[in-house]
Amino acid sequence: MANWTAVCPTAEIDEEDVMRWDHGGRTFAIYHSPDGEFFATDGLCTHEHVHLAGGLVMDYVIECPKHNGQFDYRTGEAMRAPVCVNLRTYPVKVEDGTVMIDLG
Amino acid sequence: MTHLYHRDYSLTGPEAVRAVELGLANAEWYQAPIPRKRMKELMQRSDQPAIRDTLIWLAAFVVTGGLAAWLYPSWWSVPFFMAYGVLYGSSSDSRWHECGHGTAFKTRWMNDVVYQIACFMIMRNPNAWRWSHARHHTDTIIVGRDPEIAIMRPTWIIRTIALFLGIPQTWGAIRLMFTYAGGTIPEEQKTYIPENERPGVIRTARIWLVIHAAIILWAVLAQSWLPVLLFGPLPTMYGAWVHVLTGVTQHGGLAEDALDHRLNSRTVYMNPVLRFIYWNMNYHVEHHMFPMVPYHALPALHEECKPYFPKPKANMFAAYAEIIPALLRQAREPRWCLVPELPPGTEWTPAPKGKHAEHGAHVELTPAQ
Repeated sequence: MANWTAVCPTAEIDEEDVMRWDHGGRTFAIYHSPDGEFFATDGLCTHEHVHLAGGLVMDYVIECPKHNGQFDYRTGEAMRAPVCVNLRTYPVKVEDGTVMIDLG
Repeated sequence: MTHLYHRDYSLTGPEAVRAVELGLANAEWYQAPIPRKRMKELMQRSDQPAIRDTLIWLAAFVVTGGLAAWLYPSWWSVPFFMAYGVLYGSSSDSRWHECGHGTAFKTRWMNDVVYQIACFMIMRNPNAWRWSHARHHTDTIIVGRDPEIAIMRPTWIIRTIALFLGIPQTWGAIRLMFTYAGGTIPEEQKTYIPENERPGVIRTARIWLVIHAAIILWAVLAQSWLPVLLFGPLPTMYGAWVHVLTGVTQHGGLAEDALDHRLNSRTVYMNPVLRFIYWNMNYHVEHHMFPMVPYHALPALHEECKPYFPKPKANMFAAYAEIIPALLRQAREPRWCLVPELPPGTEWTPAPKGKHAEHGAHVELTPAQ
């Protein structure tokens, strides 16, 4: 069952950038892609306890700011060692200029 | 009275368990509050600086190695071997390092090619050391967790001097190459090399053994020392001194088990020649705090970090003026360390974490009986 939750206004995240969002004792990474779409994943790298929101977004790739592990944030696919485990992704939509995430 | 004590630096001993219990493993570290917009600028990748530097680097190999070979066996070849050795046994350290981080070039295959070449020169298994260095960045100078603590306490002075001659590290690398090639990954390394990566470690070691054997065969067939003076463990050793000279400044004499890179790492101003050899790793606090900033952007990052960081050492002499006495003192008083002065208002206490979180991040060990 869907559980849509408001995250932030769309303008809060630059294009080709990421923002940390903490909610309900969990941490997420919210992405704004170069072509204007929004995506969401778990906020911590699957390799070590590092917030991905400190990393660099390059096209559709988020790079862990500590070890250069890379994920495709659209699918969560682990793309470069030292990450071996995929990242969990969450459905995202935009309503009235607000980014919404489905935590269901 | 000073008690001598020995910490267990292995990754499988009691200190490894202790580090986890104290919340020192995989912990949260201090970060200077550099604005996100500026960090994004500093993290941007570019091929151009590393292509330029790599072309100069390769040309320097050809010139120094060519002249050394041409003048050999005359004594006039010695200075050229010295220069070639520094390129082979020292500049390879920084190329291994930066390309291992994947930040030197924007293009991935360029990082990978230079990484493989540099790893062979410095004799670090590319698969194993990628994981070792990831752990070094997660748990920098955390005893029982960091596999890259170069100078352990109490300081073993003879060993430290031998590092400049490349002896312990090269001998260790040769032994490890045979161990890997025999199909064994040491238990300690299994703590940070994932199972699916271990066949790659073994495969590379076997390939390297064949290459080293070919170099020796070449020397035998040519009835000349020249091949082994130019390739393999010898230039790794006789050229090691510069990377040790710069490398000791990174963490020497500073704190163990501190969750703040300003307390366990050191930034030293160096001249352009050393910075070329070292690829700007003299900005070491900056590098550890923000490892995804490419080497060519570290001077700019340094400017941003200045208000939050201890004053950098003015030059190598200033750095060694504090490091040598510190290491000598740590030979007698291993619990003692240098404590850099932090700018007022930037002191930081890590959030309690772990089974014994009430102890905070500073570990006091009972002296050995």
